[in-house]
Amino acid sequence: MSSDLRHNWLVRGVAAVGECGLFFVAVAGAVPKSLRYWRELCRQIWFVGAMSLVIVMTCGLFVGMVLALQLYFTLSIFGGTAALGTVVALSLFRELGPVVTALLVAGRAGTAVTAEIGLMRATDQLDAISMMAVDPLAYVASPRFLAGVIAMPLLACVFNAMGIFGGHLVGVTWLGLDNGTFWGNMTSTVDLYRDILDGLYKSIVFGGVVSLIAVFQGYTAPPTSEGVAYSTTRTVVFSSIVVLAFDFVMTAFMT
Amino acid sequence: MIHPSDAPAPLVQVRGLRTRLGGKVIFDGLDLEVARGSVTAVMGPSGTGKTTLLRHLTGQLRPAAGSVRVDGREVAGLSRRGLFELRERIGFLFQNSALLTDFSVFENVAFPLRQHTRLPEELLRDIVLTKLQAVGLRGAANLMPSELSGGMARRVALARAIVFDPMLILYDEPFVGLDPIALNQVLRLIRTLNQTLGITSILVAHELAAIRQVADRIYLIAGGRLVAEGAPDELAHRDSPWTRQFFGGEADGPVPFHYPAPDYARQLGLAGRRP
Repeated sequence: MSSDLRHNWLVRGVAAVGECGLFFVAVAGAVPKSLRYWRELCRQIWFVGAMSLVIVMTCGLFVGMVLALQLYFTLSIFGGTAALGTVVALSLFRELGPVVTALLVAGRAGTAVTAEIGLMRATDQLDAISMMAVDPLAYVASPRFLAGVIAMPLLACVFNAMGIFGGHLVGVTWLGLDNGTFWGNMTSTVDLYRDILDGLYKSIVFGGVVSLIAVFQGYTAPPTSEGVAYSTTRTVVFSSIVVLAFDFVMTAFMT
Repeated sequence: MIHPSDAPAPLVQVRGLRTRLGGKVIFDGLDLEVARGSVTAVMGPSGTGKTTLLRHLTGQLRPAAGSVRVDGREVAGLSRRGLFELRERIGFLFQNSALLTDFSVFENVAFPLRQHTRLPEELLRDIVLTKLQAVGLRGAANLMPSELSGGMARRVALARAIVFDPMLILYDEPFVGLDPIALNQVLRLIRTLNQTLGITSILVAHELAAIRQVADRIYLIAGGRLVAEGAPDELAHRDSPWTRQFFGGEADGPVPFHYPAPDYARQLGLAGRRP
């Protein structure tokens, strides 16, 4: 490869995507072996899932409140405020729940995973694990990847529940919409398979994407403080772009 | 008298090793052997590839050419599984200790045992405490790595490296950061492991006085090749430019002290000026 070609950002970008793809194959291949380290997996689920609950619940509440406020005044123009519960729930289940949760998890847990693995690389801990005849992919990478896949849909459910609660607070408690209308229209319109499960499928994919990017960036971080800092930033940037791009593609296929 | 053909095969055999890292030639035809049950020191100027040699022995790096055999097996030819089987029998003391920061001192030393054995908890605890006692840190078992000094972390890493009583222990700069008391105990421990369990040891270090106490043989590497080898006392008194410079700590000799640079006077703007 010529020097000019190697310094071309497009070529480097394609090479990085290919490298990430190969890394995914290696991490996925190490998943069966990683189940042996179930304690580590539980620890990571706790870290990615339980430790993200506060930010996810808080953001879910406010997103639901803002959504209800905006939609109430928009729907009132057309005399359709009775559909507030339905629209809030559909927006959350189909789009906002999975997407915003993924962005929040990328910012809170993804960066922490990248920094942790990057520092493990910089301080030879990954080499030490390998030298003790333990596969670092199975012990370090796969549990963190799996934890993201497992925790993300659960967090999205919590986000959705808090969002609907926030929508109810604004729509019913504050703006005076009828409680029965709010819940009745929502439960009769929202479909378990088409709306709720589709949103969950998205969350599972986003969980995989965000945790793969976080683990990959940590694993390939240059072993310097600057290198770890850049990789941590890249985790947030790449995760956000890829989540939104995947969301569009998946929505296109699901609708 | 032992006939040469009756002597046991060396545990480590390196033949014609060539390595390039980032476009720089590290080894250019390195040959050396390490006898079973010996303590061997690898010395040489900084950046000469001593740690790289250890990484070849454990399969962390593959040679560009040449052969690296450990216990009769070609390391570069091993599968991933074979490599891990070999590593189970090798202890490695990292230059910067490389303790797992999430685990306590006890759990760091117990880590290899937990991963590869199903020992009852009581027996595991006894083994770990025995190793920690050997490095003088039994009382620090519950501390976290962040609470240790550099020298203490090195001793914990040493306890972890020997917890399996491996056939071969690779020490990368084991004496850095140790106070004289700890240094003496570590030297005694290396010698005891060697004499009582027959564990082969390879040390990468610069402390000649310490190495003379413990090593059976020294290999001096410079410029990608083996430039001298022999028993410590014999090598320290050998009259060759390499040994004279290295063991005498002289700036002038075959190993340049200064990194290649333009003319000093010209760079300072003094060229052509009168004194």
